[in-house]
Amino acid sequence: MDFLSYLINGLGLGSVYAIIALGYTMVYGIAKMLNFAHGDVIMIGAYVAFFSISDLGLPLIPAVLLSVAVCTLLGVLIERLAYKPLRSASALSVLITAIGVSYFLQNAAQLLWSSSTKVFPGVIPSGGITWNGLTVSWVTMITISVCLVVMTVLILFINYTKTGRAMRACSEDKGAATLMGISVNRMISITFAIGSGLAAFASVLLCATYPSVNPTLGAMPGIKAFTAAVFGGIGSIPGAFLGGLLLGVIEILARAYISTQLSDAIVFAVLILILLIKPTGLLGKKLREKV
Amino acid sequence: MKKKIGLPAFLTDRKYRSRTTSFAFVIFGWVILEIMMNTGSLSSLFTSLLVPVCCYIVAAIGLNLNVGISGELNLGQACFMSVGAFTAVCLSGSLAQTIPSPVIRLILSLFAGAFVAAVFGALIGIPVLKLEGDYLAIVTLAFGQIVKSLITNTFFGIDDAGFHFSFVENKVELMPGGKMLLNGPMGATGTERISNFTTGIILILISLLVVFHLIYSRSGRAIMAARDNRIAAESVGIGIFRTKMLSFVISSCLAGAAGALYGLNYSTLVPAKFDFNTSILLLVYVVLGGLGNMTGTIIATVVLVLLPELLRSMQDYRMLIYAIVLILIMLLTNNETVRTALQRIRRKVRGKTNG
Amino acid sequence: MKNKNLMRRVAAVAVAAAMTASLTACGGAGGKGGNAIKIGASGPLTGPAAVYGTAVKAAAEMAVEEINAKGGLQFTLDFEDDTHDAEKAVTAYGVLKDWGMQVSLATVTSSPGAAVAPMYRDDHIFAITPSGSSLAIIYEDPDNAANPYGNMFQMCFTDPNQGVASADYLAAHPALGTQVAIIYKNDDNYSSGIYNKFKSQAATKGLSIVYEGTFDDSNASDFTVQLKKAQDAGADLIFLPIYYDPASLILTQANQMGYAPTFFGVDGMDGILTLEGFDTSLAEGVYLLTPFSADASDDLTKNFTANYKAKMNDIPNQFAADAYDCVYAIAQACEAAGVTADMSATDICDKLTTQFSSMTFNGLTGQNVTWSQSGEVSKSPKAVVIQNGVYVGVED
Repeated sequence: MDFLSYLINGLGLGSVYAIIALGYTMVYGIAKMLNFAHGDVIMIGAYVAFFSISDLGLPLIPAVLLSVAVCTLLGVLIERLAYKPLRSASALSVLITAIGVSYFLQNAAQLLWSSSTKVFPGVIPSGGITWNGLTVSWVTMITISVCLVVMTVLILFINYTKTGRAMRACSEDKGAATLMGISVNRMISITFAIGSGLAAFASVLLCATYPSVNPTLGAMPGIKAFTAAVFGGIGSIPGAFLGGLLLGVIEILARAYISTQLSDAIVFAVLILILLIKPTGLLGKKLREKV
Repeated sequence: MKKKIGLPAFLTDRKYRSRTTSFAFVIFGWVILEIMMNTGSLSSLFTSLLVPVCCYIVAAIGLNLNVGISGELNLGQACFMSVGAFTAVCLSGSLAQTIPSPVIRLILSLFAGAFVAAVFGALIGIPVLKLEGDYLAIVTLAFGQIVKSLITNTFFGIDDAGFHFSFVENKVELMPGGKMLLNGPMGATGTERISNFTTGIILILISLLVVFHLIYSRSGRAIMAARDNRIAAESVGIGIFRTKMLSFVISSCLAGAAGALYGLNYSTLVPAKFDFNTSILLLVYVVLGGLGNMTGTIIATVVLVLLPELLRSMQDYRMLIYAIVLILIMLLTNNETVRTALQRIRRKVRGKTNG
Repeated sequence: MKNKNLMRRVAAVAVAAAMTASLTACGGAGGKGGNAIKIGASGPLTGPAAVYGTAVKAAAEMAVEEINAKGGLQFTLDFEDDTHDAEKAVTAYGVLKDWGMQVSLATVTSSPGAAVAPMYRDDHIFAITPSGSSLAIIYEDPDNAANPYGNMFQMCFTDPNQGVASADYLAAHPALGTQVAIIYKNDDNYSSGIYNKFKSQAATKGLSIVYEGTFDDSNASDFTVQLKKAQDAGADLIFLPIYYDPASLILTQANQMGYAPTFFGVDGMDGILTLEGFDTSLAEGVYLLTPFSADASDDLTKNFTANYKAKMNDIPNQFAADAYDCVYAIAQACEAAGVTADMSATDICDKLTTQFSSMTFNGLTGQNVTWSQSGEVSKSPKAVVIQNGVYVGVED
């Protein structure tokens, strides 16, 4: 029974990682860049949701929508101002710029809202369902369900809409996609918009479970979710989902059964092991090498 | 066979020019700073920055060998600094009674730090170098976190009965008069500060010597061939793994020496210092200085360490401005208009001096 | 090569711009230039620990302004950012020295404080840290609490002191709970310091510790595992030697699990009631040992809290209170020793060291506060319990 309870907590944590990882993986898939500022977009999303609930008095759903709108806008803006001019530059230049953007967002948030932690209001009632001595809290249930819904919608969107197919085409071969009349720049913008919108969802779920809002809130989940994306095979959407869930479960189980001190080391050791066995992640595509 | 008379080869030959520039630059900086220090015109602020800047330069030169020359994105360079630093701090602390001379202890500790970091580099290199591209990058990141986590859980103390060691749970109980050399997450405290600027400069010169020697050697050419086209290089018989391993180990060895110097420059050091952010910072120095360009790395490191200090008057806004400057530099240096404009100016200036 | 040269050039422009900017710098806060005593201080103003530095800076500025307004002794304060990093604290020390600091508030946090302590000793500048609680700030050999620096003083309790006091209190009050679980932050000097001493004192006092859980910076949000283990081990009291920020998460998650032991905190817990957005009903029945509470009803605290709120739009925490006391203690010592602004830092250091180890100070964080020769403070922590969203003093 203990094991099941840890497992469910792990799935809850993993669902949050999965949604964040989706943002990383989509952007990587199409723009081939590691967007290190993604974690900080989550932080901005959390602040927007916090202020709209506690200062504007909005109910949960409108607050989430507002947060999604702000994050989407922010994502597109960052892409326009900081990444688009570097389209032809080396991958490392883009990486450093992303780090610059991350520093910028963190410090801007600190100046705007001070560094003292704010506690996210309890939007989801505490308690949960108890069955045979196993308690599953509402927060965990809602987190896991939202993650499943987001995942399904995203897969349907990518596979069955015109825009989704265009995005996939861009990630496969930009040149060919351009020849087919797809605007690659537009697709990249859309990807950033979706990824950042998802970040807003992630921020609300993250804060519903761990209600601390501060300027560095996104840093650690960001790194973990990035790891999750690589776990699953970066660029693959089901991979990010699987990677996120696995990471959450491994982290919680390691903490419960091995050591609270070493849980991070264990998570990363498992990652290394998986990459050694399957060098492109669990669901990653093997790229053919050309001379 | 008539040899051209004139300037010596290290000034004219393109092959040697970048090497000469680097050395000249470091020695020039050294002389200027020494003069300033001895005349007392160097402020306390800058004096306190001398050693850490040297450390970051050495670690960044090592990283540039990784990223610039062998073309591997390493996101875990700080963990080798950490290994070197704590090795050196522990060794220097244990030898404090036996070897009273700080200079000898510093040199021994630097070697020990570099050696242990190189061993870590070799061990980590085995799995890391089997991977490619971004996957390699994430594995270095993962190792960075693992090493940090391991050091955070190591307890190491010394007393009259000898060494005491424990892992995860602190079971080290020292006799009165004993000393915790590495106290888990709290790191090292009460370290004797024996690092100095001269050692830092010598370390930079040695690392330049090592790196340039490697670049212009047969192995160096093999490493670069493997970077530019792995399959082609393999097909002409270059052992990819061996060459990459060589540069990875040298890189971690340099980071270890840098960490050792760093660790012995402060009376306290926490394992959390060498986290992902420090690795990223080193990467920023390398990219800004130019891949494979050692002089550039040195300049970029100096500039980026100084920048937040010079921005202190901006008070709360300084890190915000630092971030903006970082983004702008990346945008401007990659901007076509700015690039061509600067090139035109350069051509004009050059034309005038030549004509 | 061209590209790289370009980068170099742009970088040079950036530095030139920064240097120009730094020339137009404005000095520290308050004071009338030449005849004010220069107080230096450093602490995290940016980064994850900024909340502590900002509080100390604001409270110290307040104290300096108040003292200057009285017209007698004049102070001027320069507070530099050290981002809670030893390296940056050493550079900040350089900046302060260049500025001509005569007295110092050392650092806000522990490990930067340990890094600059030997420098204060070497340069012979008097320093009293408001909140750096590690022994390494005042002792060169912290493992044996030996070789005090002599000119380094502390305003807050040392970590071991708090651990011992907490264990003693719990042993004397078995009604609170007898099966103790501890959750502490193992990469934090403060938290581990208290934990170590608590554990050894608990052993001598015969307290039963049923579970010990840890967390660190990279997993400071999920406590379900630790709480579940504590619950399974039958703990009816959880000792939390941590800051209020993760403590608020622990209280929330315990509530979600339906687990309600007694929670017992130390001075870091102070501030939990004033967390923006925190549901204070979760903290109902939490005990803490703290020298300061913003809700105290004495005039000094009331004034301080009101002024701080006016300045920062925030409720002061113990960091702010300690900083405020530091400046007033320095002022009291300067007045008693006849320190003037034209004295050298070394002279001031000698005078203040003697003064501090013999004087008695009354402030926000305690009455009849005294210091030992080695710089350790002696004051009594008060046990309070949270009832109906406010602190209520517990009578022994």
